[in-house]
Amino acid sequence: MSLRDSSEAVFSESPGKIALRTLRKDKRSIIALTILGVIFSISFLAPLYSQFVAHTNPFSSSLDAVISVKGKDRLVLEPSTTGLGLGVTPIGPTWNPTKYFIGADNQGRDVMARLLYGGRSTLIIGMSAGALCIVLSLLIGIIAGYRRGWVDAILSRILDIIWAFPVYLLAISLSVVLLTSGLKLGFINVGPGSFVLPISIIGIVYVPYVARPIRAQVLALREREFVRAAVGTGAKSSTIIFREILPNIVPSVMVFIPIIVSLSMLTESALSFLSIGVQPPAASWGTIINDGLNLLYTRPMVGIAPGLMIVLTAASLNLYGDAVRDALDPKTRVRGD
Amino acid sequence: MLAFITRRFSAMVFVLFSISILVFLIFFATPGVDPAARIAGRNADQETLAQVRHSFELDKPLPLRYLSMMRHLFVSQDLTSYVNRGAKVIPQLTQAIPATLSLVIGAAIIWLALGIFFGIKAASSHKKWIDPTIGFLGIVGISLPVYWLGEVVNLITQSKLHNSVFKWVPPLGYIGITDNPFQWFMHLLFPWLTLAVLYAGIYVRVLRNEIRVVMGEDYIKTERAKGASEKRILYKHATRMSLITIVSLFGLDFGALVGGYALLTEVVFGIQGVGKLTFDSLQNFDLPVIMATVMYAAFFVVFMNALVDILYAVLDPRVRRVQ
Repeated sequence: MSLRDSSEAVFSESPGKIALRTLRKDKRSIIALTILGVIFSISFLAPLYSQFVAHTNPFSSSLDAVISVKGKDRLVLEPSTTGLGLGVTPIGPTWNPTKYFIGADNQGRDVMARLLYGGRSTLIIGMSAGALCIVLSLLIGIIAGYRRGWVDAILSRILDIIWAFPVYLLAISLSVVLLTSGLKLGFINVGPGSFVLPISIIGIVYVPYVARPIRAQVLALREREFVRAAVGTGAKSSTIIFREILPNIVPSVMVFIPIIVSLSMLTESALSFLSIGVQPPAASWGTIINDGLNLLYTRPMVGIAPGLMIVLTAASLNLYGDAVRDALDPKTRVRGD
Repeated sequence: MLAFITRRFSAMVFVLFSISILVFLIFFATPGVDPAARIAGRNADQETLAQVRHSFELDKPLPLRYLSMMRHLFVSQDLTSYVNRGAKVIPQLTQAIPATLSLVIGAAIIWLALGIFFGIKAASSHKKWIDPTIGFLGIVGISLPVYWLGEVVNLITQSKLHNSVFKWVPPLGYIGITDNPFQWFMHLLFPWLTLAVLYAGIYVRVLRNEIRVVMGEDYIKTERAKGASEKRILYKHATRMSLITIVSLFGLDFGALVGGYALLTEVVFGIQGVGKLTFDSLQNFDLPVIMATVMYAAFFVVFMNALVDILYAVLDPRVRRVQ
């Protein structure tokens, strides 16, 4: 880059634009976004895949289906040949995308189709829970940091309590209680199978992790000259919050987004793995790993495939998070590189 | 300083008290949830429900039930389970603690060793490929779901290869260290490694970034100007400063894990620890056990939090005035 270019960049672009340009050039963000793009597209195309490619309904069991593999007819649930010869073993991977690409589960359902549908559930819940967590944290963090005094004291104590409650224990307690009967709260009535429950549970348990740093930042901003000046000119609180404070906490919120979405996704799959997240017959990557538990030694692919998808998605989100952090916050960027 | 400690500990008692109420309310006062129906089973008739309500004292007012439960848990310590009537809760908990402690302490040694070694290596190495490689492994580490990793480890060590390469791996489960120290070690080896992967990933990333940030500080430049060797700067100054962050992080993680955060690892490897106990009792709706394990877990988390804060106050007097 010549001297002229760089000086132009410094004087004519806002910090946001500079960050965006840095991010666009970052190899990590290109790799991560490509992988995430592929995973998102195939997951959201799940209905098309199961209807037009695999011709199967991944939510109903087909215990006596017969398919032809390499010219031979085979049962999807083959009688066991090992042990006492009792029970059935689902068919293994055919590596043929039109039928049972990575095999069947215990109920003769196409695991590939379920994997794509499962990805849809996991991604929807992960992103919605992440969004809910960020919105709640912003609300609580800004109100506590801006109002200070007793409002701050009460909100901070509430955060302390949730913070001290181990995340998985809180999430599991809430899920166990709510999933069997749903939630009836005045006019709000949420059925037990609804995604709303896991989304709100996961969204709430991570609030202290984001709200605490936001509150601290708002407290510090409140003392800065430009905010004091705004207060001094008699600006309304809402104006100060939206025009002076919010723009200054956007960078740290941007850094939190990929991390929280990844955490929410991992929590969702852990809860579903413990069968207290997404409820059958719906699928999520966690429920499929659970389905694969009994098949671990005979048909390991059922359990391995969804795990690989989780790792790939979470790793891409974390990689992207690193790139965003480096682009937005020059202080954490490695000096001398 | 004494005032700070007193304040910190009274806050701790308050948080524990609130958590006990929160747990109680989640299980007994969630709108639309009938605990009697949960205890009695799916198809219980009205008569059975009434009986259950009476024998579990569910017909008494909430505050009285809360007080009675707390008295049995903390004062007379004879709280009994809902599911196995007559089985005392506190012995169940104390039996589960050694397994969890064994799992967490072993894993902590592994992840601290890996995290500190590779964190320093990534921050200081002059070879170009080392930092990105460690960074990549760190990202994979924090992205692996621990229960899935445990399943894959079981698949490798307990399946086909069990007859050849992994013949020495014992079946899943837990053996007490006092029963047989060697078997204790062998049974826990893979659970330790599995649990350590996630935390090693976190610590490598944190330590590397901390060291790099400290390396840019002015006093490091001063050291260089004075002619201190790079090795001395790295260990005596940068790493030492960054270890403060690691110590506080470790306090919180260790507290959470001992309190039951290792639940998924315990479930996958069949270790009867606190996490497994909590999970089983949650599925049976065994509130007395849940209350005991959650209070125990919260105690560890809150205690470690307070300890870290006090340590900080000792190290940095400015903190004492802020809170």
